Amino acid sequence: MLLAIKVILIIILTPLAGGLLAGFDRIISARLQGRKGPPLLQPFYDVLKLLQKETIEVNASHRFYVYVSLLFIVFTAIVMLLGGDILLTIFVLTLGSIFFVFGGYASQSPYSVIGAERELLQMMAYEPMVFMTAAGLYYVTNTFFIKDIISRDIPAIVYLPAIFLGFVYILTFKLRKSPFDLSVGHHAHQELVQGISTEYSGRALAAIEVTHWYESIIAMAFVYIFFAANSVISHVVALIVCLVVYLFEIIVDNSTVRVKWQMALTSAWVVSGVLGILNLAVLFFFEF
Amino acid sequence: MSLITVLILFPLAASIMVYLVRRENIRNTIVRVGAVITAGLTLVTAIAYFNDGFQLSAQGTEFIDICMMVVEVCLAVYIIVTGIKEKKYLLSLFSVAQIILILWFEFTQKEGIEVETGIILDKLSSVMILIIGVIGSLICIYAVGYMKSYHVHHTEVKERKSFFFAVLFLFLAAMFGLVLSNNLMWIYFCWEITTFCSYLLIGYTKAEEARNNSLLALTINVGGGLAFACAIVMIGMNFRTLELSNFIAMQPEALVLVPVLLLCLAALTKSAQLPFSAWLLGAMVAPTPSSALLHSATMVKAGVYLIIRLAPLLGETVVGRIITLVGAVTFLACSLIAISQRDAKKVLAYSTIANLGLIVICASVGTQESIWAAILLVIFHAVSKSLLFLSVGSIENQIGSRNVEKMDILMNVSRKLAVCMIIGISGMFLAPFGMLISKWVAMKSFIDSRNMIIVVILSYGSAATLFYWGKWIGKLVSNGQPKVDEPHGGLYKDEKVPIFIHAVIVLLSCLAYPIISKYAIVPYLESTFGISASTPIGTGDQILMVLMVVMICLLILVPLGYIPLNIRPKRRITPIYMAGENAGDNENFIAATGIKRKSEMSNWYMEGIFGNKNLMLLSNIISIVLLCIGVLLLIGRWA
Repeated sequence: MLLAIKVILIIILTPLAGGLLAGFDRIISARLQGRKGPPLLQPFYDVLKLLQKETIEVNASHRFYVYVSLLFIVFTAIVMLLGGDILLTIFVLTLGSIFFVFGGYASQSPYSVIGAERELLQMMAYEPMVFMTAAGLYYVTNTFFIKDIISRDIPAIVYLPAIFLGFVYILTFKLRKSPFDLSVGHHAHQELVQGISTEYSGRALAAIEVTHWYESIIAMAFVYIFFAANSVISHVVALIVCLVVYLFEIIVDNSTVRVKWQMALTSAWVVSGVLGILNLAVLFFFEF
Repeated sequence: MSLITVLILFPLAASIMVYLVRRENIRNTIVRVGAVITAGLTLVTAIAYFNDGFQLSAQGTEFIDICMMVVEVCLAVYIIVTGIKEKKYLLSLFSVAQIILILWFEFTQKEGIEVETGIILDKLSSVMILIIGVIGSLICIYAVGYMKSYHVHHTEVKERKSFFFAVLFLFLAAMFGLVLSNNLMWIYFCWEITTFCSYLLIGYTKAEEARNNSLLALTINVGGGLAFACAIVMIGMNFRTLELSNFIAMQPEALVLVPVLLLCLAALTKSAQLPFSAWLLGAMVAPTPSSALLHSATMVKAGVYLIIRLAPLLGETVVGRIITLVGAVTFLACSLIAISQRDAKKVLAYSTIANLGLIVICASVGTQESIWAAILLVIFHAVSKSLLFLSVGSIENQIGSRNVEKMDILMNVSRKLAVCMIIGISGMFLAPFGMLISKWVAMKSFIDSRNMIIVVILSYGSAATLFYWGKWIGKLVSNGQPKVDEPHGGLYKDEKVPIFIHAVIVLLSCLAYPIISKYAIVPYLESTFGISASTPIGTGDQILMVLMVVMICLLILVPLGYIPLNIRPKRRITPIYMAGENAGDNENFIAATGIKRKSEMSNWYMEGIFGNKNLMLLSNIISIVLLCIGVLLLIGRWA
């Protein structure tokens, strides 16, 4: 019963938090560009409006992939926020992301297929670091369960600073921020239009937005895990770090230009490789 | 006559019968019935001896030994002559060395070495015979349908179906012998038979390319056989035993490690690991059922089976470390190269080599968790890969191409085939399917055993795996319209049934793995390592995974229209966005000078980065260097 309440709370509160984060993002971005920006609740207004729109689609099957994707992302959020297995979280997250990609392919539209291809490439670029993060956390804490990882005396960041840096690097992919917003753009992109989401409208597009809210919170939860320990202060610190990291991502988003896919892939792989191996090697050497 | 003997001899008898019967209809019936009986026998055998295992202390095995010796000599003579005739002198050299070594050992050294238990059926062999029996038989049935279409499409190839089916059954018999024998001489004999069968299957079309590739396969595997023979001689002379179980029970000291390395070398050639993987890529010229048989259930699994058996002697030892690294190089390199491949069978081949690399890593790391992962990988890989090969074979007959790019129309040509293909691919890399469960445990075991470099390699390899499978599924779901005037071949029932059964097995296996683990793998680990083992994945996670399987099954069927779900039927279908230059349909647009042009969409192959030439050369060099280092270290230990 208690579990059911928790699950329901997670399902409801996660997108609320994600939506607020998106609103916060838009205000900060606007200020960085010298504009006033929309109200904080604008993302919610947008989604509500999308829900009321007429459903227009290019074929009968392609909208389902978006809903499947949403479902698995929700599943991920539940497993993760209940303190479940971090590897399982990663696997389901991948599943959710890849269904979104299939949605891009299913529309047959040149712009969404390019978007899908690029999204797949991005997944390939960030996946090694995500795995190494899980491996590093397991190495340090000897458990894959998030609730055990965050209830230790010393937070994981003490042992995994390099892996954390690497993770922040690939976070830009996950949050779909410039310079790595190759597949779907919130900003207008000539050659890409809207990438994977080009052919979606109405409810399906709303689902994509909500999926992204969930994903942002999941990404932030990864950051949180690095800093949380069994003291209350550490949880406060973890929250603050999450906000700081998000702010940092917004600034990066507004101050960089989109890179080519070659750069995105190689830089992500090199950064992950160097930081990941370095961190793991040091741990191994000192036998923590 | 015990059940085991029947199990080994029945496919042999079926093979001879199929070869002798030339009437097409009767022969097809014999193949079908033979395959079903083989599968049935496997099930009966596995169930009958599952709990207690089975050991056969055969008396009077001299007759069998002599028969084997005669066959071996005949094979050697054939191979030597072929080698000379085809100017492949290395092949002849390997074969000469091998047969002289074995004959010398047999007649001068073998006196006094008693083999007490010739055949052992334990949990691992039960799992193996189930894979071989069930998957192998399904492939045989499939071959009946496939070969019909094959000879319609390839009129230039001389029809030798009797021969083809006979070799398939012979292969199954040899594999049964291989996994059931405890006598090293018998294992070696079956090993050689599988080598020879693969040569015959690859060379089926008798075309120039097929002949060269089959000779390449033969050369590499006979080379591996030579290593095997050396290992047998060393074990026999130093320890006066020829039983695999006795050998495995020894302490990993220098004198033991040399034959272990030799056996591992033989296993690496069989499992097509770098630098010996060229033969498997060449084996793609063969008709698809034989590729399926070689790559999923049988040939390549013989190698990893041997390494899993040897696992207690690997682990922390020099040999173990080296084999782990070779497997890791193979896994990473082939996963990356697979990205650049357009030919479906090539993608499958590289993925096979990569996954075998993963199994080799898991087996040679040698902790009980990693071996748990290795055995599950063997099972899941066999099932999914076999499904993929069979589907690709039928797809080729249907749309006339095995280029992944051409498969975008498959959904509208044969929806069932496309769904099976998607299930097979998902089985290879997505949660909650089997391969991913195994990778999960593999990851855990690598960190537990502090193989950090392997963890990193696994991360990168998995990411690459995600990319090449992902874009393939992307093509399959993309709903392309086939050209109306293009004729599409039919799908025979003999093809359909095995493919569907395979798809069901893939889905069931991800539900059934806790059972497999509990009743087969964990007991095997406990008896091998003498400690209590348990399933490395917790019950909570298992329940979540089962939930996901159910979700996926329902959800995949919805978009494909199998389950109608029209909550609001009011939808407006519009053409796709083409920057306002649509030409009336979803495929063409109005180009610069007002002409209608088709929008061609292709997947990314990134040949500049992942092209196979440089990457292959580099990783071959690395793996050769690694093996040399292994040999040097071992010599250092010994001296």
